[in-house]
Amino acid sequence: MQASRLPRYVDIVLIPVLNLLTALFVAGIIIAIIGENPFTALSVMLKGAFVYKGGLGYTLFYTTNFIFTGLAVAVAFHAMLFNIGGEGQAAMGGLGIGLVAISLGSYLPVIIVIFLAILGSALFGAIWGVIPGYLQAKRGSHIVITTIMFNFIASAILVWLLAGMLMAPNQMSPETVSFSDGVALWQFHEIFNKLGFDVGRSPLNLSFVIALICCLLVWLLIWRTRLGYRIRATGFSLKASAYAGYRPETIIIVTMAISGGLAGMMAVNEILGVQHRVILNFTSGYGFTGIAVALMGRNHPVGIIFASLLFGALFQGGAELDFEFQAITRDMVLMIQGLIILFSGALAYMFNPALEKLFLRNELMMRPKND
Amino acid sequence: MNIENSKQNGDFKSPFAVEIKNINKSFGPVQANKEISLNVSGGTIHGIIGENGAGKSTLMSILYGFYQPDSGEIKVHGKLAYFKQPSDALRLGIGMVHQHFMLVPNFTALENIVLGAEGKTGLYKGLQNARKKLEKLKQAYGLEVELDSLTENLPVGIQQRIEILKALYRGARVLILDEPTGVLTPLETEQLFEILLALKSEGVTILLITHKLHEIMAITDEVSVMRQGKMVANTLTKHTSPEMLAEQMVGRSVLVNNKYELQSIGKVALSVEQLGVVDKRGFDSLKNATFDLHAGEILGIAGIAGNGQSELLSVLSGITQPSRGFFKIEEHLFDAKKNPNPRLMRQLGVSHVPEDRHSEGLVLQFQAFESVILGYENNKKLGNGFFTNPDTIQAYCSQLQEAFDVRPQNPRLYSSQFSGGNQQKLVLSREISSTPKILLVGQPTRGVDIGAIEFIHKTLIGMRNNGCAILLVSVELEEILSLSDRILVMNSGEIMGIVPKITATKAMLGKMMAGIPIEEAKEDKK
Amino acid sequence: MTDFWFQFVLTLDSTLRVATPLIFCAMAGIFSERSGIIDISLEGKMLMAAFVAAAVAYGTGSPWIGAVAAVLVSIIASLIHGFACIIHRGNQVISGLAINILASGLTVIIGIALFRQGGLTPTLTKTSRFNSIELPFIEFFELHTPIFGVIYKHLISGHNILVWAAIVSVAITYYILFKTTFGLRLRAVGEKPEAIDSAGISVTKMRFQAIIIAGILCGLAGVYLSTATGAGFVKEMTAGKGYIALAAMIFGKWRPVPALFACLLFGFLEAVATRIQGIEFILIGEISSDLLIALPYLLTVILLAGFIGGVTPPRAIGQPYIKER
Repeated sequence: MQASRLPRYVDIVLIPVLNLLTALFVAGIIIAIIGENPFTALSVMLKGAFVYKGGLGYTLFYTTNFIFTGLAVAVAFHAMLFNIGGEGQAAMGGLGIGLVAISLGSYLPVIIVIFLAILGSALFGAIWGVIPGYLQAKRGSHIVITTIMFNFIASAILVWLLAGMLMAPNQMSPETVSFSDGVALWQFHEIFNKLGFDVGRSPLNLSFVIALICCLLVWLLIWRTRLGYRIRATGFSLKASAYAGYRPETIIIVTMAISGGLAGMMAVNEILGVQHRVILNFTSGYGFTGIAVALMGRNHPVGIIFASLLFGALFQGGAELDFEFQAITRDMVLMIQGLIILFSGALAYMFNPALEKLFLRNELMMRPKND
Repeated sequence: MNIENSKQNGDFKSPFAVEIKNINKSFGPVQANKEISLNVSGGTIHGIIGENGAGKSTLMSILYGFYQPDSGEIKVHGKLAYFKQPSDALRLGIGMVHQHFMLVPNFTALENIVLGAEGKTGLYKGLQNARKKLEKLKQAYGLEVELDSLTENLPVGIQQRIEILKALYRGARVLILDEPTGVLTPLETEQLFEILLALKSEGVTILLITHKLHEIMAITDEVSVMRQGKMVANTLTKHTSPEMLAEQMVGRSVLVNNKYELQSIGKVALSVEQLGVVDKRGFDSLKNATFDLHAGEILGIAGIAGNGQSELLSVLSGITQPSRGFFKIEEHLFDAKKNPNPRLMRQLGVSHVPEDRHSEGLVLQFQAFESVILGYENNKKLGNGFFTNPDTIQAYCSQLQEAFDVRPQNPRLYSSQFSGGNQQKLVLSREISSTPKILLVGQPTRGVDIGAIEFIHKTLIGMRNNGCAILLVSVELEEILSLSDRILVMNSGEIMGIVPKITATKAMLGKMMAGIPIEEAKEDKK
Repeated sequence: MTDFWFQFVLTLDSTLRVATPLIFCAMAGIFSERSGIIDISLEGKMLMAAFVAAAVAYGTGSPWIGAVAAVLVSIIASLIHGFACIIHRGNQVISGLAINILASGLTVIIGIALFRQGGLTPTLTKTSRFNSIELPFIEFFELHTPIFGVIYKHLISGHNILVWAAIVSVAITYYILFKTTFGLRLRAVGEKPEAIDSAGISVTKMRFQAIIIAGILCGLAGVYLSTATGAGFVKEMTAGKGYIALAAMIFGKWRPVPALFACLLFGFLEAVATRIQGIEFILIGEISSDLLIALPYLLTVILLAGFIGGVTPPRAIGQPYIKER
């Protein structure tokens, strides 16, 4: 987060693109090594993600998940908190939706149930973020470790509930009963079909719009509000925050509530948008992908939208690989994701020295000699 | 041992232990050392003096192999030397005692000394051998250290001895000490100087880096002066004077005793009664502080760093909570039950220029216009309700930058991109623009260039003349003497006494800073 | 009573089996983190090693060659981690996460490419695995010392060599860390790297040595999973064990012997969890094994929060070393 000496466009466009290309290049080499053509694989993925009927819908559906988890990681990052508990928070968010929908579903009007269920997801996710936040702020435990542990604890709680108290009767698999009719978010293909457009079936639903609204809200929060100012000040310097009187502990807890809430809302897309009941493992690693998304998107909502789109396309295109190839499956996506986290996260500044040399030399040459 | 080495290595014996010739070193655009040359005679104490940022530390880091020079050469005992890393310099007998100790806190003194020079005999045997050798070294130079104590539990003076032992243990015959007295009490400083003299008498060459004139005069044989990366003077200490050195350090004569006019004192703005702070480790870092601060006066707090001044500022600004006693601003009383907080203090008209502008006063990663509202982002003029308005804030920042002559005058520049003086002006502008009744100031001119120092001093005096009550904490006694109306001296968390400026002398304040109560300090004077 | 006793010994026996990979990984974590490098990639390194061990053991028929290859690959993963966080000063948590995710993807993709069995490796025959070693004199002890006999037969005898190696690794770790020059320097570099640097020792070199050792140990954990207890590689077969080991390491306050006990405790909890399923207890009723599995994580959270004695991680952990001006 140091002020860079490079031009702005290099920092926010060129370097992320270079990192991404490096990751894809390495992925290409691996594909070539296992005996497949990386360009064919790429074109299959692109077609699967954007061209085939319904493909774009699926891509945007995954994008929605990543926007939520990416925003969650980014908000925490602004307070210099590393929230890798997105998985657990999303799982708890799903539980929140389930509890609201199952308990109130048949008593209240559908619209109100949906509204409360969304709130429930944010609330449960927030609680699962606040506890590690509290432990970091007041007890000094490392938030990375606590959030990792909380992922496992959340998963155990879900298994326990879905295979126990909440398990649907006459069911063999660990899942809840289906929600009452109508307790679901509208899916786009239904809307479009009603309007007379023929679009492919896809799970894309209103959550996508909610995610975009969240992007706007997060941008406003971080850069246009007093709270956001305090969050950033606390992230950069705990001492400055204490000096200014912001109570860093409070800021950490509030930030983790917001972060956890956003991660929890990922369940809106999966549970309220598609499944209409709570199932196990619906988070499928999207919480972790959120970290890659935030890293690539440089913790900015606009960057996160683009990065989410990229990962959405990867996930949807990756699914297509299963049909077209014998040797490569959607696990390829995991590998690419790992490479992207490596190159745009851990090695994010690998190219900086070289680029600095390049740009600063040009700058020196352009500067008038009498300077 | 190393003397023998150098005899073997060198074909002829140079009178100089160290010769430095035309050294250059740049960090990016900043040239820290320009064409530096320096000869250090063997068996002497050689002082290197200069302001913060004059390039002393860089030069010494080159000499002990931490940095490599861009050009130039170093000779040790007459022989050309190339240091790729500190171990190369150590091999030639050059050891460094750092300003910030390089000690592992949870190691024993012995483990710290031996670290990296354990020998090839295995750890257990190595430690045993070291213990024997160290007992001799300890006795020879009066370096008393309990070898089996955990380092983190030892006072800084002893930790410094561990550092010296560490260097000697490795066979250092040239010892570089970087600002060694900054963290010491006067008594510890005295003990250190005795040790240094003992070392010198055994033929050890000592390079003493400092910015304190009286230390140079007290102990060195020769002195070199650095300014803005250049070596500007080399003389025998007996041929120079503090005034001359000061002039060489800053490049023009300084206003060491700049007398500002005294002024009549107003009513009590802040009264402090039996105030105490117990820190996290359970130490009484501030004990029974009792004093009044009046409108229209500057009360200077003198003391060696780390004697409770920081805690005093911290508790009065609302950052830490008082453990005992209370303080009162108008009719508002704060104690262990009714806690102060920075926000409330600001509302009561208390502003605070913190001691550490890098970690507290500014957020270095913020742009100037963001840093300039730190703690004041609630101001109604800068936004509405929940939101802030960047345009208004930028305009506001430009205004402040113009009024306080902050350069470059650009609100969008990052706080880290300003020089020390301009950063301090940013902080000061923010704190003063709220027109405080009480201003708490910590180390206002630390690491600030001369021009800015004058500006800052004049600003503070101006505030005082307008009736502001100012509490000024500084480790620079000169600064305290020059600005204050009354001087309060602190030692180990206690107030040793309050002296009106007219009757204060440096000698007397010095004694009080060393822990001698005011009555005795006065008597001794006669 | 005898049945309970017998069951108890069997539980302890499976505790040891479950704990073995945890012990390897916890020791790996101690080496890495004591040198100042956070290592959440224990999981990924173990997974890669498990795959390579099974694949190479299948190809060559020798578990030993498989083990060597697995350890090498795990070291390479360590070196990637080091390249990112020591040389390029990248974020250690992010780098570790990348390796974990990379491992999940790579093992399956390469597995499919090589064997076309949906990510599994072919089942290993007895000769290409590490088999359990039956100790002598079992009958003698059973005959003459009934209690010890049961312990000897079911708890002490019948383990493969890697179980023993894991326990020995604790002693070695302890010895290296506290009784050797290398250990002194290793502990120093994780507490105060400046001290090491100013003593003329390369911080980079020390940290690389530490993570290479971590790589070796994680590699052995992986070897154990796929060619000793298992008979081949299964997708995601580490199933969070790397993270439990991380928890055990913290629970043991970054010290080898307490970490060993933490591993055994966590192993015991898991062994119990699989045994009590469906059993009704007096007064408490059925204990949920799902929740019991989460107990290690919960205990670690509670410990870290300082509710049962404080923990101080190595001071310089997570911070890349930069020479200061």
